Amino acid sequence: MPHALCPDLDFIMKFIDEYRDAQIAQEYAQAIAQITTQSWTIMEICGGQTHAIVKFGIDELLPSQITLIHGPGCPVCVTPVESIDCAIAIASRPEVIFASFGDMLRVPSSDKDLLAVKANGGNIRIVYSPLDALKIARSHPDKQVVFFAVGFETTAPATAMAVYQAAQQKIKNFSLLVSHVLVPPAMEAILASPHNRVRGFLAAGHVCTVMGYTEYEPIAQKYSIPIVVTGFEPVDILQGIYMCVKQLEEGRSSVENQYSRSVRRGGNETAQRLIREVFALCLRNWRGIGEIPASGLGLRDKYAQFDAQRRFKIANHPIAESAECISGLILQGVKKPHECSAFGDRCTPEHPLGAPMVSSEGACAAYYRYRQQPSISVTASS
Amino acid sequence: METPEDFTISCPIPIAQYPHVLLAHGGGGKLMHQLIETMFLATFSSGDRNRHDAAEIDLKSSRTAFTTDSYVVQPLFFPGGDIGSLAVNGTVNDLAMCGARPLYLSVGFILEEGLSMATLWRVVRSIQQAATAANVQIVTGDTKVVDKGKADGIFINTAGIGAIEHSFAIAPPSVKPGDVLLLNGDLGRHGIAIMAVREGLEFESQIESDSAPLASLVLQLLEAKIEIHCLRDLTRGGLSSALNEIAQAAGVTIAIDENCIPIREDVQGACEILGFDPLYVANEGRFVAFVAPSEAPRALQIMRSHSLGASAQIIGNVTESNSSGFVTMNSKIGTQRIVDMLSGEQLPRIC
Repeated sequence: MPHALCPDLDFIMKFIDEYRDAQIAQEYAQAIAQITTQSWTIMEICGGQTHAIVKFGIDELLPSQITLIHGPGCPVCVTPVESIDCAIAIASRPEVIFASFGDMLRVPSSDKDLLAVKANGGNIRIVYSPLDALKIARSHPDKQVVFFAVGFETTAPATAMAVYQAAQQKIKNFSLLVSHVLVPPAMEAILASPHNRVRGFLAAGHVCTVMGYTEYEPIAQKYSIPIVVTGFEPVDILQGIYMCVKQLEEGRSSVENQYSRSVRRGGNETAQRLIREVFALCLRNWRGIGEIPASGLGLRDKYAQFDAQRRFKIANHPIAESAECISGLILQGVKKPHECSAFGDRCTPEHPLGAPMVSSEGACAAYYRYRQQPSISVTASS
Repeated sequence: METPEDFTISCPIPIAQYPHVLLAHGGGGKLMHQLIETMFLATFSSGDRNRHDAAEIDLKSSRTAFTTDSYVVQPLFFPGGDIGSLAVNGTVNDLAMCGARPLYLSVGFILEEGLSMATLWRVVRSIQQAATAANVQIVTGDTKVVDKGKADGIFINTAGIGAIEHSFAIAPPSVKPGDVLLLNGDLGRHGIAIMAVREGLEFESQIESDSAPLASLVLQLLEAKIEIHCLRDLTRGGLSSALNEIAQAAGVTIAIDENCIPIREDVQGACEILGFDPLYVANEGRFVAFVAPSEAPRALQIMRSHSLGASAQIIGNVTESNSSGFVTMNSKIGTQRIVDMLSGEQLPRIC
């Protein structure tokens, strides 16, 4: 694409710039418009996709009949308040080094967040991998190192590897607060809801890189709904939407793979074996949605010694969420963030009422960050 | 960056006797006197100054710029710079953003007891080298030593005085619709360089901080009589925060084009991995100039012929006045969006 102001700028990013190409994006947008004959509502599962859609204004390129709704695929957003309370209780203990992914630190619990614990002297470390937390445990044998294991099937293999290695190496001062969740049960919960408006799914490319997409095939069949495994760059998402709309218009409902540069049908079998070795399915409470059976991963009995809740004897207390926050409706795609009366006023990234305003992948935060000026019409330019 | 000389040869403090900074080095007695005389004065002093409680300086211009900033970076040494050069460049750049010619700096140290004397000497040498490169004199200073655990190695405060020799009002109120925005180079290197060292992240290539003194480039623009309306260095909060601050202060709308914003491939890659937006990542040698539209091509040419502006770009313009003050961006795929100010710190994303 010729750059309007700077034709000589030449910073090409492998595997990024080609998927942010304006001309290809416009071509896909036109192709979607051409095949669309009626209204369709499509849900992108993953928060990373939501972020890209709002950041790049991808929805603005689509014909008005296509509505995108933003699914529950932000691990920060769906981690229940009681897990965060538990995290805060553990992280506040003087003997603990608490390791977490960065964006969990600002999620509000019932009264504060982990950053407040850090400000009060808690030893909290941001890590990029659970294995880094294990490394901290090895180098601080006098401390209890606890890793906050959140996320979908994407982060579960790395957590599983940390547990497996800790067991192999007989590391006694390492444990995990596990709140892993799974995508397919959440999709089924959305489809089974009487409020459901979703007619097609964009499945999360990185989750499927690990898990493959065979488990989506019975869902597509049972609910007669097309599911397209989709990547995260603008061109990926537009192509995923195109494939989904094409199926809807043709009356098909199968699982297709847009993200074939990363995803195989069977996924990464080694990673799956590791997940099965360490974790078993369990009931999980999703913030804003509620309990979904067999939607979480919990440590198997043989690894129970690494369960931080058990080690520190902290029980789960279900906690009522802010009455004003409609995150449940947002996460199920029933409402859009700006339809909430608190949005941008009583609820902002500085003072979030609910989790979708916290994480950069949360739908509310994405809308706040890129759409907060109501006076601006955010439109496609030629 | 020039490598500091071998400590054992050049450090003026007898290291065998004092390998670490002691509380007494800030206590007002013999040790403090020795530190000031043999390390600080010997390194910074231009020789002909009286040793007194304050420095006497002679300012020839009637308009003067005066600024101060404190530096608390960890790690103290990072690829492309260290706390010493940063403390000089940061304050020099604040003066340069007023279009002032930086002349004099003060340097105040807060040292943590137990700091290695070799580390202090490296920092002092780096300050001296950066001051020479930026053509400023260090004329006064202060040293305090605090108990171990009460500081993080070294904290530095610098204040700077510069002479304003032009007649423009270089400040947000001068920004007008039509003004063109020039950026002097690629974004995000300082923030990512620090992050990489702090978090032990390794990339294929080493990303070096862009820390640099910007005054010579700004003065060249002014000497060429470029009508500059506003200047802003892009430190914490990056390009986005700087532009939002100016948009709000000036009551204008600023439109930028993502396609024109230079970001190095390795920095972009690191940001993708960490979940950071390079528009919010800190820089220490980058600034935006708002210039009258007719002057933009000439200003760009001057920037590009300077070593600190070789990859300069026109990145956008001011579109509206009487606005509530915000920034829009034409994205890579041809859509428009808001570029908001950062909320809190950028935190690495889960996945």
